[in-house]
Amino acid sequence: MKPTDIKNPEYFHQVVDCQYACPAHTPVPEYIRLIAQQRYTDAYMINWESNVFPGVLGRTCDRPCEPACRRGRVEEEPVAICRLKRVAADFKDDITSRLPDIPKEKNGRKIALVGAGPASLTVARDLAPLGYELDVYDEQPIAGGFMRSQIPSFRLPATVLDEEVGYILDMGLTTHFNHYVDSLKGLLDQDYDAIFVGSGAPRGRDLPDLPGRQEGDASIHIGIDWLSNVAFEHIEKIGKRVIVLGGGNTAMDCCRTARRVGGNDVKVIVRSPFDSMKASTWEKEDAVHEGIPIVDNHVPLEFVVEDGKLVGMRFEKVSAVFDEKGKRSLIPTGEEPVLFPCDEVLVAIGQENSFPWIEKDIGIEFDNWGMPVLNAKTFQSSCAKVFFGGDSAFGPENIITAVAHGHQAAVSIDLFCDGKQVNQRLPPGTNLLSTKMGIHEWSYDNDVTTDVRKIVPLVELTSALQNRTMEVELGFDVQTAFDEAERCLNCDVQTVFTDDKCIECDACVDICPMDCINFIENNDEPELRQSLRVKAVNADQDLYVSGNLETGRVMVKDEDVCLHCGLCAERCPTAAWDMQQFFYQVTKAAPLCIK
Amino acid sequence: MTYHLPEFRHPDLPTNELGYTKKQYEGAISTLCAGCGHDSISAGIIQACFELSIEPHKVAKISGIGCSSKTPTYFLGNSHGFNSVHGRMPSVATGANLANRELTYIGVSGDGDSASIGMGQFAHVVRRNLNMLYLVENNGCYGLTKGQDSATADVGSMSKKGAANPFQPVDLCTLAIDLGATFVARSFSGDKDQLVPLIKAAISHSGFAFIDVISPCVTFNNTAASTKSYEFVREHIEATGKTDFIPVRQEITADYDPGFTQEVTLHDGSVIHLYKNDEDLDVRNRLSALQAIHKYKDKGEILTGLLYLDPDCEDLHEIIGSVEKPLRDLDEKALCPGNQALGAINDSLR
Repeated sequence: MKPTDIKNPEYFHQVVDCQYACPAHTPVPEYIRLIAQQRYTDAYMINWESNVFPGVLGRTCDRPCEPACRRGRVEEEPVAICRLKRVAADFKDDITSRLPDIPKEKNGRKIALVGAGPASLTVARDLAPLGYELDVYDEQPIAGGFMRSQIPSFRLPATVLDEEVGYILDMGLTTHFNHYVDSLKGLLDQDYDAIFVGSGAPRGRDLPDLPGRQEGDASIHIGIDWLSNVAFEHIEKIGKRVIVLGGGNTAMDCCRTARRVGGNDVKVIVRSPFDSMKASTWEKEDAVHEGIPIVDNHVPLEFVVEDGKLVGMRFEKVSAVFDEKGKRSLIPTGEEPVLFPCDEVLVAIGQENSFPWIEKDIGIEFDNWGMPVLNAKTFQSSCAKVFFGGDSAFGPENIITAVAHGHQAAVSIDLFCDGKQVNQRLPPGTNLLSTKMGIHEWSYDNDVTTDVRKIVPLVELTSALQNRTMEVELGFDVQTAFDEAERCLNCDVQTVFTDDKCIECDACVDICPMDCINFIENNDEPELRQSLRVKAVNADQDLYVSGNLETGRVMVKDEDVCLHCGLCAERCPTAAWDMQQFFYQVTKAAPLCIK
Repeated sequence: MTYHLPEFRHPDLPTNELGYTKKQYEGAISTLCAGCGHDSISAGIIQACFELSIEPHKVAKISGIGCSSKTPTYFLGNSHGFNSVHGRMPSVATGANLANRELTYIGVSGDGDSASIGMGQFAHVVRRNLNMLYLVENNGCYGLTKGQDSATADVGSMSKKGAANPFQPVDLCTLAIDLGATFVARSFSGDKDQLVPLIKAAISHSGFAFIDVISPCVTFNNTAASTKSYEFVREHIEATGKTDFIPVRQEITADYDPGFTQEVTLHDGSVIHLYKNDEDLDVRNRLSALQAIHKYKDKGEILTGLLYLDPDCEDLHEIIGSVEKPLRDLDEKALCPGNQALGAINDSLR
């Protein structure tokens, strides 16, 4: 193999599994260290700079970082990254003095933002400090988008959302609430320099052709619309017996909300097996904890309506069968269809995009699936001044993805307004700094604890179910947060190897608790992976290969389960190994958002 | 600030016949200088014992005084250990072995501990063919007392102090061969591929097995003018050949020139295959071994690898006809046979 190019920022970036997995590439280990040092405000600002809504995401994020966490490969459970983020939000001081200054004198550019959800608000946050004039349009009376309409307040209290949305609205945005944009052409005809579309994926899927759908309509609701109606208090009650169809996170939110607004016999019924449901594991656990059975392997056959009233639903039992290619099909078991009686049904089987307000003849190209044709890097549509982001760009995802889109779209809009090429973007900001302070002393806490993952305490179940707005999770206290933060392996503190200092004494090989380090004959990657002390079977993790050493061998380090404990560097007599903190920051439109 | 070895190990670590991973053979974290060759030797012993599937509680580690003699703390933490008096490891090992021959004895010593203060003890334990691995971690200096030249330092070799050593070195390997050692090898801490099979063979050898391991002292004797530095040893090392240790007799598939292959079956049925670099060397012949060592020394090179082996020797227990059972397993009647037995012995001497 060729020597690893550690000057390429993406190499060390990939070693920081959590940060790499995060769509917004939040510097996770850095803020976890700050939490351990009780520097909650600093930890919050690192987050705020990167993901804009730390308090919201600390409660509701889909957490792609956690399955990626190296700790999960070393022991069983990853670090509770998401809930540590909430700790930063819960314990921070007033941050208003650290927010960016908004120039009183504007730069003369005016941007329209369609939708006031996470994507649009991120674009606004990134562009406002540069002096952009920003007009936000939303059909709801208040900002927040699906963070407000679809995430129940027992998971995300309105105060938390209001605070973080408020930081952005206070940047001098012009808001047009209760204003449904019904024509993009109308916006294009105004004097906007660019338009950002962050209108989400507003249409919930239905089962229009299922027998009984029309007749039972009064008692059948689309999940996301129903959640939105509950959130805006248009709906306050539901029948006692409720069936929720679907296996995603919306289904989980529906069933738990139903449980709090009158449903006392609520069940989730899903086509697929429990293990392959789309909902996050922890959201399924939360639902089960609240006494909601999840009935899997049941495919809806019909809505049963008697005397014009919905009385139940009939399902066919199936089992999942996999063919040689691993493709799944649900095969009926041949058993009698099952009837589940119910008063109301919530259909939470997915959502899709819908752009009835975008005229077909204004130069915005759509693909066969009705999605706008976009450049995946710049988020620019086929109409140069129109950019998309969030769920409206590539279909339903999640908040953190919407934020990541927003940052990139803001960069594009800024370049576009400057008359520059939108695809010529600045590389990410990086830094690599030695943490060495003494022979056994580093500026990070390199001791590896054996603590298992801490559980977030919950409010008592009975009172939780009585109040739709009572937050269920209590969050970590200071001590638990510290203990959990200490579980972080500091993967951003990189093992940096300098070829010409190495005397090949093997001290690093001998001390490495994880057998990551090898001095062997060079070879092609597949052979090299097989010939290490412990075979490097995880192909997602890179091998760090040095140049040729004195003996003609090379140093090969398997990054997979490195604990970043620093012992290789402590035992190195020539400082050929050093522990260097790597900082990686996605380039934003405004170069420095935080003071 | 920490200096703790984390508890975690690689989740895919291989296990041996006992179901143990290497972790069960580790010791406390080393307090030697960073980069010390001794730590590599400790790792080699850990690897060898793991691969041989030795039960850790059936090993006794015995040492004298010095940097080398501290190392038994850093390997086989689940084994018996005795850190004895300077240069007196052989006596303690002899006593322990006579009391219980069922354990595997690993004696770790240094160039000071063996070639200076313990020279007399070394000579006699070799003569007696005590069944043990006697491993010298040879760095040519007294690292624990600021790096003075030791008795194995070569003439002209210069440590960190910068003065050339004026005295002739003791070559512990030639000495051991001369004194009747039945397994003699030399190796280098920076070459585990060679060291680990040698340790495995030495542990499996029934009799006195001596390995002189050149182990650079990074703090005092890793200078450009030292003959025991990583750089010098790497540049001047020659091997008798590649040693393969095969625990049970199995067919050899490697394709080597037969004139250059020597196969030795040990007492316990395991086999050592030596793929020789030098056709003249016969590892079963003391004279050939001594000639080879001197031949390379004259060329300014260090001959490493297996040098001499006599697998059919009698160890101390066989020579003196001692009791087979460990003393702790003997009952009172066996230990104190009474007046009648004493009388019989006395009569036999009249």
